[in-house]
Amino acid sequence: MSAIAPSTHSLTTSSAGRAEPVVVPNALIEPLWIRLLLGSIALLFLTLFLFVPLAAVFSEALKKGWDVYFTAINEDDAWSAIKLTLITASIAVPLNLVFGVAAAWTIAKFEFRGKNILLTLIDLPFSVSPIISGLIYVLIFGAQGWIGPWLRDHDIKILFAVPGIVLATIFVTFPFVARELIPLMQSQGSEEEEAALVLGASGWKTFWHVTLPNIKWGLLYGVILCNARAMGEFGAVSVVSGHIRGETNTIPLQVEILYNEYNFTAAFAVASLLALLALITLVLKSLVEWRLHDEMAEQSLQLIQE
Amino acid sequence: MPGFNLSFGFTIFYLTLIVLIPLSAVFLKTFTMTWPAFWSAVSSDRVMASYRLSFGAALIGASLNVIFGGIVAWVLVRYSFPGKKIVDALVDLPFALPTAVAGISLTALYSSHGWLGRYLEPMGIKVAFTPLGVIVALTFIGLPFVVRTVQPVLEDAERELEEAAASLGANNWQTFSKIIFPALLPALLTGFALAFARATGEYGSVIFIAGNMPMVSEITPLFIITKLEQYDYAGATAIAVVMLTISFILLLTINLLQSWARNRGQSEKN
Repeated sequence: MSAIAPSTHSLTTSSAGRAEPVVVPNALIEPLWIRLLLGSIALLFLTLFLFVPLAAVFSEALKKGWDVYFTAINEDDAWSAIKLTLITASIAVPLNLVFGVAAAWTIAKFEFRGKNILLTLIDLPFSVSPIISGLIYVLIFGAQGWIGPWLRDHDIKILFAVPGIVLATIFVTFPFVARELIPLMQSQGSEEEEAALVLGASGWKTFWHVTLPNIKWGLLYGVILCNARAMGEFGAVSVVSGHIRGETNTIPLQVEILYNEYNFTAAFAVASLLALLALITLVLKSLVEWRLHDEMAEQSLQLIQE
Repeated sequence: MPGFNLSFGFTIFYLTLIVLIPLSAVFLKTFTMTWPAFWSAVSSDRVMASYRLSFGAALIGASLNVIFGGIVAWVLVRYSFPGKKIVDALVDLPFALPTAVAGISLTALYSSHGWLGRYLEPMGIKVAFTPLGVIVALTFIGLPFVVRTVQPVLEDAERELEEAAASLGANNWQTFSKIIFPALLPALLTGFALAFARATGEYGSVIFIAGNMPMVSEITPLFIITKLEQYDYAGATAIAVVMLTISFILLLTINLLQSWARNRGQSEKN
């Protein structure tokens, strides 16, 4: 949703790193006690709801020492869960990437009727509960589903097998790349592409040499978010997986199984891999945001100089 | 501009295949039910209790996020302190951390031996395995929404207006309530609606901490799973239709709120 759009963030750094001093009159600065109070409330809230839960994952994982930690991760079921998660993400992310580029090109470069409806429909999977995202595939591919009996007759397994997991993951991560690219390409306009076309470049050539370099950071940003969700999705995947150990368990499902078996240390050890992934995601995301911001600042500087 | 047919065609094809056809399955399935069967599936005592919990806890969680998320956004935009960039980046943690991980972590924290539970339980506050735990989980997953919608508005806010108010003799509170708050209101409402919408359908972070007792701490998404495990596909789908309908209404509200916020921003600049 727009709440996670890159523009949100690049603006943050712009005000923080602004070169010229902003003179704020004294009357606008709250008294010290208000500033301290608000700062403490914010910090306390973030500590309770973000920092402590994050720290707890690693603390619980390492409770019984590094040896137990590595044994828990270096286990066949854990490895097959990691493999399945990587396979799922490597199918879902590229497909949604291609869709994201096509959708952004359609919406940013052309005017047509029903554009707003299309925008809303692209957002739809974000507002569907993960459980319902899984349920829809049960209704289609399940034993009582639309094509369930046909699949059974032809011995094709989709539900409670890898294809179902991949489909559910594609559904929940559907909007990520498109959501990042659409506003970016809309703000960039089509002048550069038009110039390339006038100079005789083909459509594909224009896309590869003009559009793609312009959107690469936004694209990367969308891919990072899409990948994080694809690897971490729990609810939707849980409905379609069937929880077959060593076969249809992704990392989050493996965490659940270990936890429900009261094997808490192992559950947190595997969970810590996902927490690490989340931290890496946040670092990459911030780096791309700063990069995006720098490029936008350069662009506006050029405009001023012109 | 070339490529309209290709990109438009592919967009519609992929959207139909991945989103529209599967989602329509939910509605088509309920059409096979009789009206009384549908009604009894979506209004049994147990499912009504789950609506009250899911929507009630989502409402409280989103409200907490409006208050505290608003303060966090204010502190991040207006004040400077060491480590601000890191804190700012970590606000997105609930988007990046898989929900199951958040769920088991919160449960460990608030259970009777946990870092927080061991102090809360002697005071008579039980969080884990009660509806209070559901509120905690839903506050966690909704945290970034309000911060990230309010932040850009605060950054773009024209300090001149606040200066003018101050120079006309307004005190801090008057400047806040008459100038700043009205400008932030659409963003606060949008953030609230986004956090609320996300929380109503949330599953992973809730089921570990909720305890999942029917009538007490069972959220609606979990009840759908229970129905599925009993092979009551029609019953599960009927409840899903209710939730989907509410989600669509929320989505529409969010779109209206966002266009209100945009128009407001533009008319103020003109």
